[in-house]
Amino acid sequence: MLAKKAVGFTPALADSRWVKGLLIATALAFLLLFLVLPLVSVFVEALRRGTDAYWAALVEPDAVAAIKLTLIVAAIAVPMNLLFGVAASWCIAKFDFRGKDVLITLIDLPFSVSPVISGLIYVLLFGLHGLMGPFLKSQGIQIIFAVPGLVLATVFVTFPFVARELIPLMQEQGNEEEEAALVLGASGWQTFWRVTLPNIKWGLLYGVLLCNARAMGEFGAVSVVSGHIRGETNTMPLHVEILYNEYNLVAAFAVASVLAMLALVTLVVKTVLEWRFGAELAATRH
Amino acid sequence: MVAATTSDAVLPNTGGTVLSVLRKPSVLPGFGLTLGFTLTYLSLIVLLPLAALALKAAGLGWSGFWDAVLTPRVLAAFKVSFGLSLAAAAVNAVFGFIVAWVLVRYRFPGDRIVDALVDLPFALPTAVAGIALSALYAPNGWIGSLLMEWFGLRVAFTPLGIAIALTFIGLPFVVRTVQPILQDLPPEEEEAAAALGATRWQSFRRVVFPALLPALLTGFALAFARGVGEYGSVIFIAGNIPGLSEIIPLLIVIKLEQYDYAGAAAVGVLMLMASFMLLLALNLLQAWMRSRHAR
Repeated sequence: MLAKKAVGFTPALADSRWVKGLLIATALAFLLLFLVLPLVSVFVEALRRGTDAYWAALVEPDAVAAIKLTLIVAAIAVPMNLLFGVAASWCIAKFDFRGKDVLITLIDLPFSVSPVISGLIYVLLFGLHGLMGPFLKSQGIQIIFAVPGLVLATVFVTFPFVARELIPLMQEQGNEEEEAALVLGASGWQTFWRVTLPNIKWGLLYGVLLCNARAMGEFGAVSVVSGHIRGETNTMPLHVEILYNEYNLVAAFAVASVLAMLALVTLVVKTVLEWRFGAELAATRH
Repeated sequence: MVAATTSDAVLPNTGGTVLSVLRKPSVLPGFGLTLGFTLTYLSLIVLLPLAALALKAAGLGWSGFWDAVLTPRVLAAFKVSFGLSLAAAAVNAVFGFIVAWVLVRYRFPGDRIVDALVDLPFALPTAVAGIALSALYAPNGWIGSLLMEWFGLRVAFTPLGIAIALTFIGLPFVVRTVQPILQDLPPEEEEAAAALGATRWQSFRRVVFPALLPALLTGFALAFARGVGEYGSVIFIAGNIPGLSEIIPLLIVIKLEQYDYAGAAAVGVLMLMASFMLLLALNLLQAWMRSRHAR
């Protein structure tokens, strides 16, 4: 986001040293209070009883099960949305058709839906008292309070991430390179693998990174569909909640610290991608 | 997307005949496949489940819907969620603007780290933020104990705690919408203002601020919309007292746990309608922004 070097300021744009100092101090104090302190407190609370208690909380069977489940859910949900994101951005960015704006709006829809509602809709559809509940029960299929429900809720909340990164990127790049490849005799798949994919690889990685961070950290949506069965349907964020509500603070913060580290790694990789490949990522983003 | 059509005149349309009605011709393959997949996936994951929500709420009937929604507890939750999200978004509008200004206009040691850190609320799982904030602001926490001692102020487990959590969660929105616009602001306008004798404050108020206002309002609206739906970071610090510090998403969860599916759906639909109104207002705002930007 930040420009690589300071803009060459003319005197007209320079604020007095006093104003500058005050504004920087205000900004840093605000960020310290709202960002740095909460982050630091996670690690301090996690290590309050020393490293032994910390490790014990992480290798305990329920914690291991939660970590495994989180990885499984992300390993299913992220590739699904990756495939969707590539397909959606191909048809939206490479072709002109009627209703395109509506389609883009619909793809963005999950971002404006509360996480709780993202879980609620699947309970209404697949829950025991839901629309398809009796049918699923007669077939012996369980979706809600089981892994499929967790995957569905996670897919919903991370739905737009890859598509929203790739659409503006591919629109910016245009169709000329693909058209050249096709004219020279390449097949559609060859064109995609040899021409399009190399052009969008960093944008794709960026989208997948954000998608994965959200998939592993999602709380509200999975909390509604999980049923909170220890060792079975508890992902890491849900495990944190249970431990916290049992006043097992050290263990809660220990598991939370692993998620916080995931967030930090995500931020670092994201920042490196922005610095190194800023030009190859989509320009429009917030 | 105008550039794509130049070669179409010479090359035959290779797409299917049905789909060619829908779109302009192109030599690239895969339109039918990708659009088909996109629409199927979108319908199965997003549209059908959302339709189930509307269907369930509609099952209550018109009067049943309003009976389920117009209860003191639900109305109080709406007041808490919307009121506190508004307050948090206002705090973020002020401080987010200052952060964006500082990051764009000044250079200081560690500025790039600070810039990267602004996205922390996007990356940190909400439950982690929730327990961290509630530990910090609890009466025996680092900040909570100081506020208690100095001002006798309780933050955790009160509405004020909710506002703190919503401020955390909405922080990046204002910064990330104002920052690029401020970055692209041509320095000539401010230079002209200065050359014509305006003071620094005057040129900020009359030249810079009006140019940034649409972005600031967009960031404000995004933070507000996010706050209304937020769940994970709030419930730990809120205290969750019905009528006082109970947010709408929590109320939906409680209704679900009581197997009041229709009631949960009704509250959910009302909340979605409110969010979509916000989204619509946001789109109008962005259209206004583009028209101002294009000039």
